[in-house]
Amino acid sequence: MPLELYRIDDRLIHGQVVVGWGRPLDIGFIVLVDDEVAASEWEQELYRMGVPPEMDVFFHGVDDAVAAHARYANDRRRGILLTGDIDTMARLVDGVRRSGTPPQILAVNLGGVHHRVGRAQRMRYVFLTPDEEAELRALAGRGVQITAQDVPSARPVPLDELLAGRATA
Amino acid sequence: MTSESSGGADSAAPRAVLAGHADFAAGMASAIAQISGRADAFVLMTNRGCSAEEIEARLRSALDEQRLRVVFTDLPAGSCTLAARRLQRERPDLVLVTGANLAALLDFVFAAEGTDDDAAAAAAHAAAHAAEKGRAALAVAARPSAGARGAA
Repeated sequence: MPLELYRIDDRLIHGQVVVGWGRPLDIGFIVLVDDEVAASEWEQELYRMGVPPEMDVFFHGVDDAVAAHARYANDRRRGILLTGDIDTMARLVDGVRRSGTPPQILAVNLGGVHHRVGRAQRMRYVFLTPDEEAELRALAGRGVQITAQDVPSARPVPLDELLAGRATA
Repeated sequence: MTSESSGGADSAAPRAVLAGHADFAAGMASAIAQISGRADAFVLMTNRGCSAEEIEARLRSALDEQRLRVVFTDLPAGSCTLAARRLQRERPDLVLVTGANLAALLDFVFAAEGTDDDAAAAAAHAAAHAAEKGRAALAVAARPSAGARGAA
């Protein structure tokens, strides 16, 4: 699967993604899915400056990303797909499913959803509102494997464990 | 609070923010203090546990509180670096040095401080010089030649 990682991370492109995952997975490209960033040249330039020259970055809103997903998933290079929030990833997963074009998105990584008013802490780097919890449960209910894992060397924490408050990582 | 001054009892006013992953800033400050006793030049900041928005807000307030316009960060792709780049949009005179290493930071510490009126400008100039020093310090050390080893 050339898209090696589907990651939810509110910092989007940053050190953990480019270096922490990018190096061990030998990542050649990043697909950043965010409606706001996709509409702003300035934001795109900002994120482009953060990656090494040998790594490509592609920007899409959710609808575009659904249409382009199969192309990226069949790229000969390995890639990471990033969203900044749970809702964007859920819309992408559902959009790809509805499109009927393989491959489907089978696994999602929770990499960083940080503190904000209304969110409760579930792990060191995962804070969720009740709506976000429900959205994750719904995704899992549709067969998507959801785990929290900030860096490759950490243990992937399954969603059930995360929501039961048993995760210590 | 993720930012703190690294100064001691007789600390001078900080001249830059030093920001990075985990304990990068605290670790660098510890080394600077051991070498020079002058880690008070920096306001320290970590990205640990913070969203991008939070990092930007904390960086903005650290710069405003101390009237600073120089930021050193660790990685070009780091979240503190991206936050500083965002702030450059609203404050064009903000100087950002990424990839900061100990040599660069020490050079900055010992740069002329300037008077109160031009402290910010002096710090900006010193940051550019420090970046050159940091770049020059990064090298693969050549193996000493047999002749050199046998000499003297």
